Amino acid sequence: MVVDELRETELDRLFQAFADATRRDIVRRVSDGGLSVSGLAGHYAMSFAAVQKHVAVLDRAGLVTKERRGREQLVRANRDGLDRARQLLDEYEAIWRQRAGRIADILLEDEEKP
Amino acid sequence: MTVISSTQSPEALSLTIVAEFGAGVERVWQLWEDPRQLERWWGPPTWPATFEAFDFQPGGKASYYMTGPDGTKARGWWRFTAIGAPDRLELEDGFADDDGNPVAEMGTGRMAVTLEDTGAGTRMTVASTFESAEQMEKMIQMGMEEGMGEAMGQIDAILAGQPV
Repeated sequence: MVVDELRETELDRLFQAFADATRRDIVRRVSDGGLSVSGLAGHYAMSFAAVQKHVAVLDRAGLVTKERRGREQLVRANRDGLDRARQLLDEYEAIWRQRAGRIADILLEDEEKP
Repeated sequence: MTVISSTQSPEALSLTIVAEFGAGVERVWQLWEDPRQLERWWGPPTWPATFEAFDFQPGGKASYYMTGPDGTKARGWWRFTAIGAPDRLELEDGFADDDGNPVAEMGTGRMAVTLEDTGAGTRMTVASTFESAEQMEKMIQMGMEEGMGEAMGQIDAILAGQPV
């Protein structure tokens, strides 16, 4: 399996974005519909500018989209970005299914020994 | 079926997998505690794992490499953070360079293993958490036996043919 470099950069952004608890919380809050940046800022003990920076990181990672609505910016979850994270977890899960299968094999050999 | 459930959390980059085996807790614990037995199942046949150091005590480190089909060696490290024999194990893991030194920028993953006696056998729960994209991508690269579709087919076949 060759890791495509472009894909890797994209994934880096994705996972850096997820590495922060506030950003994960933002994604959760906007996943049921759009929220303005000021609406989001009300939920956190940090400045509007700090929340705006978190939104910008999520935007670059492709996890949220920003849409201008009059004076406000509406932040929405980007399902494609979330799907990619899930896709990686699927692959990792398959590895563990294989490992569990090999463990079962070893335990079965135990039984077959006289 | 060996694997009975799995729970993914894409937002927290974590995966919890639960599997049941028809053997006692002590026996399944050996598969983690003894590096020679661990090598038999950690890597797929195409990327077998070799543990060079295995200091199985809290704070102790393990180092290993996995050898790919073309002879490429991918190195990694573990640090045991908690050991409660015979049913609880926690460790941190990451990648290492050719000299076995941790590659810090790849991030540190965490894994917590618990074993429970179900009466009929052992329930094993493994909770993994990742920190970076590269780390997860490379873990997948090293751990994956075949392309996804083929791999899933193989697992189905293994599970179908196996009393557990």
